[in-house]
Parts: sequence; C-alpha cells; structure tokens
Amino acid sequence: MWKTVLRRVLIMIPQLILLSIIVFMLAKMMPGDPFTGLINPNSSPKEIARLKQAYGLNDPVPVQYVRWIKNLLHGDLGQSYIQHVPVASLIADRAQNTFWLSLLSTIFLYGIAIPMGISAGKHEGEWQDRAISVFNYVTYAIPGFVFYLLGLWLFGFTLGWFPISGTVAANASGFWGVFFSRLQHMILPAILYAIIATTGTVQYLRTGIIDNKVEDYVKTARSKGVPEKVVFNKHILRNSFLPIAAFMGNTITGLLGGSLIIETVFSFPGMGKLFLDSISQRDYTTLTALIMIFGTLTLLGNLLSDIIMSLVDPRIRVK
Amino acid sequence: MDNQQNVLLDVEKLHTGYRLQGEFYDAADGIGFTLKCNEILAIVGESGCGKSTIVSSIVGLYDRKNTRVEGEIRYKNLNLVNLSEDLFNQVRGNNIGMIFQDPMASLNPLMKVGDQVAEALLYHTDMNKQQRRDRVIELFNQVGMPKPEAMYDMYPHELSGGLRQRVVIAMAVACKPEIIIADEPTTALDVTIQAQILDLLKKIQKESDSGIILITHDLGVVAETADEVAVMYAGQIVEKADVKTLFTHPLHPYTRSLLNSIPQSDGDKDDLHVIQGTVPSLKNMPRTGDRFAARIPWIPAEAHEVDPQLHEVEPNHFVRCTCWKTFHFQDEG
Amino acid sequence: MAEEIIQVKDLKVHYPVRSGFWNRITDYVRAVDGVSFSIKEGETYGLIGESGSGKSTTGKAIVGVEKVTSGQILYKGEDITKESVRRKVNYNKDVQMIFQDSMSSLNPRKRIEDIIAEPIRNFENLTTDQERDRVQELLSIVGMPSDAIYKFPHEFSGGQRQRIGIARAVATNPKLIVADEPTSALDLSVQAQVLNFMKHIQQQYNIAFLFISHDLGVVKHMSENLAIMHRGRLVEVGSQEEIYKNPAHIYTKRLLSAIPKVDVEHRAEHAARRREIEREFLQDQANWYDADGRVYPLTEVGPNHQVALPKEQIRGGE
Repeated sequence: MWKTVLRRVLIMIPQLILLSIIVFMLAKMMPGDPFTGLINPNSSPKEIARLKQAYGLNDPVPVQYVRWIKNLLHGDLGQSYIQHVPVASLIADRAQNTFWLSLLSTIFLYGIAIPMGISAGKHEGEWQDRAISVFNYVTYAIPGFVFYLLGLWLFGFTLGWFPISGTVAANASGFWGVFFSRLQHMILPAILYAIIATTGTVQYLRTGIIDNKVEDYVKTARSKGVPEKVVFNKHILRNSFLPIAAFMGNTITGLLGGSLIIETVFSFPGMGKLFLDSISQRDYTTLTALIMIFGTLTLLGNLLSDIIMSLVDPRIRVK
Repeated sequence: MDNQQNVLLDVEKLHTGYRLQGEFYDAADGIGFTLKCNEILAIVGESGCGKSTIVSSIVGLYDRKNTRVEGEIRYKNLNLVNLSEDLFNQVRGNNIGMIFQDPMASLNPLMKVGDQVAEALLYHTDMNKQQRRDRVIELFNQVGMPKPEAMYDMYPHELSGGLRQRVVIAMAVACKPEIIIADEPTTALDVTIQAQILDLLKKIQKESDSGIILITHDLGVVAETADEVAVMYAGQIVEKADVKTLFTHPLHPYTRSLLNSIPQSDGDKDDLHVIQGTVPSLKNMPRTGDRFAARIPWIPAEAHEVDPQLHEVEPNHFVRCTCWKTFHFQDEG
Repeated sequence: MAEEIIQVKDLKVHYPVRSGFWNRITDYVRAVDGVSFSIKEGETYGLIGESGSGKSTTGKAIVGVEKVTSGQILYKGEDITKESVRRKVNYNKDVQMIFQDSMSSLNPRKRIEDIIAEPIRNFENLTTDQERDRVQELLSIVGMPSDAIYKFPHEFSGGQRQRIGIARAVATNPKLIVADEPTSALDLSVQAQVLNFMKHIQQQYNIAFLFISHDLGVVKHMSENLAIMHRGRLVEVGSQEEIYKNPAHIYTKRLLSAIPKVDVEHRAEHAARRREIEREFLQDQANWYDADGRVYPLTEVGPNHQVALPKEQIRGGE
C-alpha cells in the first residue's frame, strides 16, 4: 500500500516539472511585462532597465527558470510586482479563506447531494426521482456565474439575509463574533457553489443504487432473512458509494476551479479571486505560483481518490 | 411411503403472475407438488418455463407491486403465499436456505466472505460475535473449504468459482434449514467443480435430512442427482415422476423431445432432434388447450384434451394431457 | 485425405504480470503455452477446456485478434501471425468467427440486412440487388424468414440471433469458422437447431470449424478430431472415438467422468467411477504435471492419439 503511494508520489515529480516548464514559458510569453503601465510613466528608460536588471528579467530564460525553481523549492514564491509583498504571504492569507470556503462547500455539497441521490435511487421513476432529475438538469445547464449572481441578488441585495462581499464584518469582535461573521460571509457562496456542483454526485449515487438494487448479492442477502432496511443500508447503499469515493478527490479539486468564479462574484478574497486579479494585473510571479499550487493540488486530489478507492474496495486493494 | 409427516413443503394450485402493461400474466400457472425430507426434487425446463418463478414465490423474493401470487404453499402450518415481509424474513435463511446460479454475483464484493455467512446467523440465532465466527469456520469445514480460519477473512474475488459456491452453500445451510432451494447451482461452474458441488449438496442433505428443490435446465444433472423430477413447459408441470421412471419411461411429448435433443447419443453423427417452433412468450402463452400442441402439429387436435389435466398414469407418474398416448415423432410416420 | 487448412505450431500467448516498486514485468501469465494442432479442410475440430484453460485465447489468436507471443499459424503455407501476411492471403475473408453471446456480438442499432451484408461489403463489390439476394440466400440457409432483414437483433430470440451470427460468418464464403462456445447460452432444444444448421452449412460449403467448448457432449457430437486443453497446453489430442473410449491422461479421464450422464440406471456406477478417478487424480497428480504445474509435451500413444505423458511413463512404454 505505502509503496504504491510512494511510487505515485514519485511519478508526480516529472509531472510537476513538466507543469512548471509550461507555466514558466506561458508566463514569459504573456504580452507586456509587469512594469507596463504601472510604474510612473515618467520613469526614464534607464530606470526601467535598472528595475529589469534588478528583477533578473534580462538573464537568459533557462537561468531565470532554474532560479525560479530553486526559490520555489525553498518556499520562496517570489515577490509580487504589484503588491510589493512576498507571493508566499499573499497566497497564505488567501489560501486560508479558500480552504474554509471549500470545506464548507464540500459539507454542503455532500449534505445536499447524498440525500438527493439516495432518494432518487430508492424511488426510481417516482415523483421524487423525477423532481430531482429536473433539479439536476437545471443546475447542470445553468452557467455558474449566472446562478451565483442571481443568488447574490436575491439573498444578498433583495432579501438582505447574507452579506454580499468580504470575509468578515468590520465591527466583529471576540473569537465567536469573528467566527460567526466569517461563517455568515461564507454560507451563501458555499451553498450556491454546492448546489451547482451536486449533479455528478447525485447521478453517480442514483445510478449506483439502481444498479446495485438488482444485483444477485442483494437477492442473496434477502434470502438470508436480512431485513429490508439493513439490506438497503449495508448492501445496496454501501456499494453505491464506491463511485463517489472514487470521484471524491476530483470533486475536491473541482472546488478550487469553481472558486475562481464564486470568489470573484462575492468579492471574497481567496485564491480564486487572487488568480483572476493576477491575470488582469499581469502579476505573473503570483500567477505562476498559483498555477503551480493548483496543479499540485489536482495531482494530490487524484492520488487521494486512488487511495480512498483502494481503502474502500478490496478488489483493487494493493498488497 | 406417502407419510404426511415427511412432507416439508406442499404447493397447491400456485398461480404467480407478473404485471405487463397493466395486466397480469401467469408465469407459473397452477403448479402443485410436494417436497419431502431426504428428497431432491428437480424442477427442470428451458428458460421462460416458470421454474424460477416458483422459487421466488416460495421465498417471497418478488416485486410485490408487479407480482400476483395465488394458491397455497404450505410449510408446516404456515401458508407462504403473500406472507408479510417480516414473517418471510424469519423463514428465509432460517427454515429455507437458498443457493443461486452465479457464485461471483451472489456474494457482496466488498464484504469478507466469513462475515457474509455470519450475517445469516445474526438474524436467526442469539450467538455472539465470536460464536458466529466459530460457527462459520465450522461451516467452512463442513463444505470442504481448505484453511477455514484464513478463508473467513477473504474477499469473494480472492476465491475460485468452486470455493465461492461453497461459501454460498455454507450461507444457505448456516441455520440448518429443512428446505434448501438451489436455483441452477452449477450452471456457472466447470464440470469437474460441478460434480464436487453436487456431491456436497447430497452430503449436506444426508447429514441434515433436509429436502432440496433443485432448479436446473441440465437433464444430465437431474439424472445424476434428483430423486423426483417435475418437467415444466410454458408455466405448467407437464410430467412428474421419480427420476428412474422419467428417464427410462418418459411419456409426455415434451419430455421425450427434450431427451432426444441432447447431443450425447453414442457414436451417431446424425442431426439432433429439433422441437419445431419456439417457446411462447409470457404474453402470448396459450391459456386454453394443450400448450405444447403448437409444437407437435402433426398430432391431430383430437388427441389433445380440451382442458389438459395432470393424470396419474401409473403410481407416482403424472402426465399432462392425453396426447402422449398417440404421440410419435414426426419422422416415425 | 483432406488437406490441412490451418496448422498451429507451438503457439504461445503470454501476458506480462507487472509488480514491484518500478512496476516492471516480473512474470507472465501463460494463457497459451506451446500449442500445436492442425485442422483439415471441411472438418470440425473440437477444442475442449474448462474456464481459464486458454481455449478462447487460442481461438482468438487463430482469428488474428490476439497478439501472438511466439509460434506460427500457417495458412496456405504462410505464417499469418503478422497482419501484413493476413492481408496478403485474404485471411480475414477466409476465416470468420462465431461468438457465444449473440446479443453483444451483433450491433443493436443495425438492421439484420446490414449486419449480414457488412462482411460482404468489406470483401466484395456487389450491386445493391445482388447484395440483397445474397443476404436473403444466407438467411434461408440458417432457416430464417426473408422479412428478417428489416428487423433489429433484439427482435429475435437467442437461438435466432445465433443463427444470424452464423449467416454473417458464412457471408464471405470462409474456409474456416472459429466458433467459441456458440451454443452455451442456449436452451437444449434451441442448441440442437443451431448445431444442426452448423452441420448443414459445413456439408454444403465444405467449411472447417474450430469448435471451442467446455461441453464435452456437444463437442463429441460435432467433431471428428479434438484436443483437450488445460493450463495453456494440450493434454490429449486425437480422434473423437479414441479420446472418449480410451482416455489416457488423468485430466481427460477426470473431465469425462465428471460429465453428468442421462443414464439413470447406472448413476451409482458413474458416481463410483468418478470418485475413483478423483482419488487417482489426487494421488498421482504430481506425476502428471511438471514442477511448474504444467502438463508435459505430447507423446504419440497410438494412431491419431497423442497424450501429454510424463517422462517416466514414456520410458515405461518402450
């Protein structure tokens, strides 16, 4: 088991190197440089050249790459050209926010999707199943940002139930005060995000239950005199969770991608918003660092999926 | 011989119908038989003849919304027809054990095989966890599994087909049921394994005095294992006798035709016997007259009964319809 | 004496087993491990084996859908294990296959006409009318009504679908048809019909069959010569009469004794004989297999009868 995990981690190294090269080259190819339009337009060309020299932008590309990687390995993600702070601290701040938002989203996601999937699978073809499939079609078809904006308008502006931006109210004080304020700021984006993301989980669970219901081993369980409730929970449901477990890593990394839009809509200072901001500001030290982090997390998510899978399914358990 | 005390299961006028587009069609249409202890009763027939329907009616494993069961299935003083789910759960696994066709599919892939057998004990005995484990190991021993202790913690995919079917058998006999129903228990197995599994079933039956209902399409298996045989065609029993009579002295045209189509006849390379036409589907099954008549069109209509009954033509030898008296194969002229 | 249409020489199909930290190939599954036999024109050659014996893999290798590790398959004197050779000698037209599961081997979205015409279109240039005539002719050969061409596979019963599969296989006028368990999914009376059609077609067109099955009764009925396969190798090869009457290898004996017989009156004797052979098998097992659990190379024990005898027994016979 651990050998396999270790091997998978080792396989990640070349993948990450490849990713870093692509990311670095893309950043280099972006039009303009970080100084364009930002520093004092009256700066002399000499001054700009001096800055370029200072930031090492005149070195050959491979040298720049190696330096970047070296720093990366030391945890130095570089200096944001725009905010004039280390990228690492910039991201650390935002990462926390995104982490909590993602966690809350995950809880809502499974909290909503699992009961829905079970209900749809159990009552295949009945009104519950049909209602859920309508819900699924709608949430799947509707573009995320439209849905988020609608939610923001309805529950934020019109009804005023939730704050419409930021992470915490300015006047919140004390541990619990801050805690609840933070929670209040996250609930609406988390729920909205969870609703949009349920489709896959609901469908996997529904199909799993419908398929497993007619499996022979379920008939065998009934023939042993196992009560129907136990048959459902122990034999049908448990086995139907397999694909969800397999999909879990992807679902969680999917949250990161989703954070781009939702954080921007809610002006929520997380990694997603930082990502979009860095693009528009051509802050490519921050951008490359973020892409590297997202890439690493995606690979780790896949690994997590495989580990979860081998834990729950004895057939693919590695010895 | 017909000692009433020995009767384990008495099925009478059993009608089991499935709902197709709003209407019920009987897949088992007036079935009657008895199962005694120490007896292997084989119910034999081709796919769609209703043999598996009988099984699901006995143990209540049918979709209650779309199935209609009428008649009597007497087990002791209990009528199993339309029993409540709770009562069925008390009977299943405890008084009636079941063995299914595909041992891979009939085991839960995510559970240890030992736990799956122990599950049967959980609901019918008051054993504690350790006692259940011990009993399962004892059962594994009884069904001839090597290293029973180690086997307990194995998962189905780690076992061969033969061992898996032994696990299924251990599961079926865990609570020492009086009745064992084996639905095509060896169809998915290789012949050498099949022989071992059939031997095992016989051994278990002798040890426990239980009665076995063996559902199969394989006449060879019937000939080698059964005591009594019922041949089914289109939802009805067309012939019933002890195994020796049935194979040496078959009377019903369907039984005779089936036996003739077995590719085993020694040495000869001639064509196999083919039964004309096809088995009618559930919806198109003729509900009046002899259901087999359409497949032996050279036999005149007068030879058939209007409402074919099961006649006892000699002691314990039942044949449906009277057409057997004049039946001959087409090429016999 | 009819000519040999196909010769299989020391055929091996091995699958790599990967394990260890670097996932390197550490071993091979020897699905087919040195199999040689030949099929004559117009004969039915039976290949018997239990699940996992490698019989289906052998069949697939002969049709050319399984990558061969080593060995030769000679057709018209050419080794057709290479795809380029298969194309050159028109092998894919001359050798067809019938599968066990007629439902999944027929495209559910195509009409019967297109299913049967497909191989014709691949290999022949016929006008639409000629093609339709040919399809009708093929359907009538397998006893299907002519209006079947407009229907879809699911509208037929298992036996009818299997006959459609046969019609498709026959469409290109093949010299050899590999039939992998063609009747094991069918009921007895339907099986009889399909087997009869296979025989008629063989007589009419002089087609050779490689009949792969686990059912010894069916193989006995169908084939003149047969081979018994076990753990990737041939255990016993010879004429049908020889093998059924004088089985020499313990595995063959065991297999034959395990077939349920419809002979009720002697069932006690059968059971006793089966148990006796099982005892013999358990006792002598080690003698019949080499250190790796594989059977020995074949030795001639009589005219048209070869058995995988252990070395000591060969010397004993001399």
